[in-house]
Amino acid sequence: MSEPMIVASGLAKGFTLHTQGGTRLAVLAGVDFSVAAGECVALDGPSGSGKSSFLRLLYGNYRADAGRIAVRHRDDWVDLVTAPPRRVLAVRRETVGYVSQFLRVLPRVSARMLVAEPLRARGVAADAALARADALLERLGIPARLRGLAPATFSGGEQQRVNIARGLIADHPVLLLDEPTAALDAANRDRVVALIRAARDRGAAIVGIFHDAAVRAAVADRLFGFAAPSPRPVG
Amino acid sequence: MTATMPINDPPPLLTVDGLTKHYDRHVGCAAVSFTLWPGEVLGLVGESGSGKTTLLACLAGRLTPSAGAVRFRTRAGAVVDVHRVAEPERRRLMRTEWGLVHQTPRDGLRLDVSAGANIGERLLTAGERHYGRIRATALDWLAAVEIDQARIDHRPSTFSGGMQQRLQIARTLVNRPQLVYMDEPTGGLDVSVQARLLDLLRRLVSDLGLAAVLVTHDLGVVRLLSDRLIVMRAGRVVEAGLTDQVLDDPQHPYTQLLVSSVLSV
Ligand SMILES: Nc1ncnc2c1ncn2[C@@H]1O[C@H](COP(=O)(O)OP(=O)(O)OP(=O)(O)O)[C@@H](O)[C@H]1O
Ligand SMILES: Nc1ncnc2c1ncn2[C@@H]1O[C@H](COP(=O)(O)OP(=O)(O)OP(=O)(O)O)[C@@H](O)[C@H]1O
Ligand SMILES: [Mg+2]
Ligand SMILES: [Mg+2]
Repeated sequence: MSEPMIVASGLAKGFTLHTQGGTRLAVLAGVDFSVAAGECVALDGPSGSGKSSFLRLLYGNYRADAGRIAVRHRDDWVDLVTAPPRRVLAVRRETVGYVSQFLRVLPRVSARMLVAEPLRARGVAADAALARADALLERLGIPARLRGLAPATFSGGEQQRVNIARGLIADHPVLLLDEPTAALDAANRDRVVALIRAARDRGAAIVGIFHDAAVRAAVADRLFGFAAPSPRPVG
Repeated sequence: MTATMPINDPPPLLTVDGLTKHYDRHVGCAAVSFTLWPGEVLGLVGESGSGKTTLLACLAGRLTPSAGAVRFRTRAGAVVDVHRVAEPERRRLMRTEWGLVHQTPRDGLRLDVSAGANIGERLLTAGERHYGRIRATALDWLAAVEIDQARIDHRPSTFSGGMQQRLQIARTLVNRPQLVYMDEPTGGLDVSVQARLLDLLRRLVSDLGLAAVLVTHDLGVVRLLSDRLIVMRAGRVVEAGLTDQVLDDPQHPYTQLLVSSVLSV
């Protein structure tokens, strides 16, 4: 199972801070990267080196200044850097899942509905999607009494587990994880590690940021390093 | 490795090309172009006076643009130029193919007739004559927008602002248009009512497969409801893209200012 799922080349990303006198931050330059099905790559580097930015580029959330990000979508390759918005949305629906560091809660939407949403977006019937959401939340230790509530009042660790369930439920062929275990205690961390390993074993290509060395050792097949940041003010 | 693109996209619902509206000396909006597909929600943000309401009025066929064209694909599959079709046909399209939710609910309601009559009006003009069915549909819609069904015979002038806004939405959506234009649908409502309305709009959009162009100054609303986002300033589009791209990685100085002015979206 060494079929490449993402092949990025010559990626560059910087930010121009117009509200701060046009300061220019150069974050990434000339990055070449690939990840294959059934492989888990851990992004490694100091704070501010661009790990989260890189993950967001792979999701089409940040826009690259140069380079390409070829994603294997269905039986085709889509370049996320140049793809029109509709294509990026289709890639996210079917191919690339993303677990952000924090859950974005929606007013009045229950945890189980939030988790079921990626399946609903693919046309899975409500009953079936909710049943899978319940099962996954159960595995993540979210009790039944919480599942029907909107997560706005949940603890940080509970919200993060809802977020992980939402990211993992649709069995995306590619998973991007930004510190998925950061807010969790040891028992819950182990549950998440088990789910990540299961996803990898079913053939998902996984790219993640794992600050916890034990988690990283448990899930990652190799590291991909980022150099310390070198902000370069211009003008 | 090739980056071929499968050509399985449905035809667009709305194609806007170089739309421009001048008022005497003022620019209302200028050179606005975009494409909207069935079921897509497009957010439209920009400072006061940037041309959002003007643009919506041109899109909805209520205002004649100075230049440019709006092409709409009807259910029957015909592509019509909204500003070139004959007036009776345009009126028919405005009642059946798309709807406009006004920022001020009073502009979009008939205050002198009951809530039920407000909802039933579009069904009547579409040819429905069976009183019982119209009333049943009106009751269903009152429930859908969370208005007590017992209020069906009350006039909207006796409703709160939030109820009026929800009634306007029911009245606009009752005959299942393909597209709805919404001008600040949550403006002027208190926060808890806003949350309910947003939840309602989210469900309607996904259950009915409705496409929408949504004007709002609330970036949280945009994040929640829209797939794509257009940022306008002084009548022009300064930035456009996927909603989360534009909000998380804004490129234009004005968009950066807009995003940095709110606490967290
Ligand atoms: N949307 C943005 N606008 C402006 N600058 C940004 C934006 N996102 C990231 N940056 C900057 O890019 C640099 C890299 O940030 P990033 O979040 O990618 O680092 P990181 O490696 O994930 O760090 P950490 O380990 O602390 O999470 C930082 O200087 C950050 O301030
Ligand atoms: N009927 C009119 N006659 C003359 N000028 C007009 C007319 N309607 C709007 N304008 C001008 O056109 C510009 C765009 O107005 P528009 O109402 O479209 O802005 P908007 O983006 O909807 O603003 P807001 O967020 O305040 O509702 C403004 O400068 C406005 O003064
Ligand atoms: Mg980070
Ligand atoms: Mg306006």
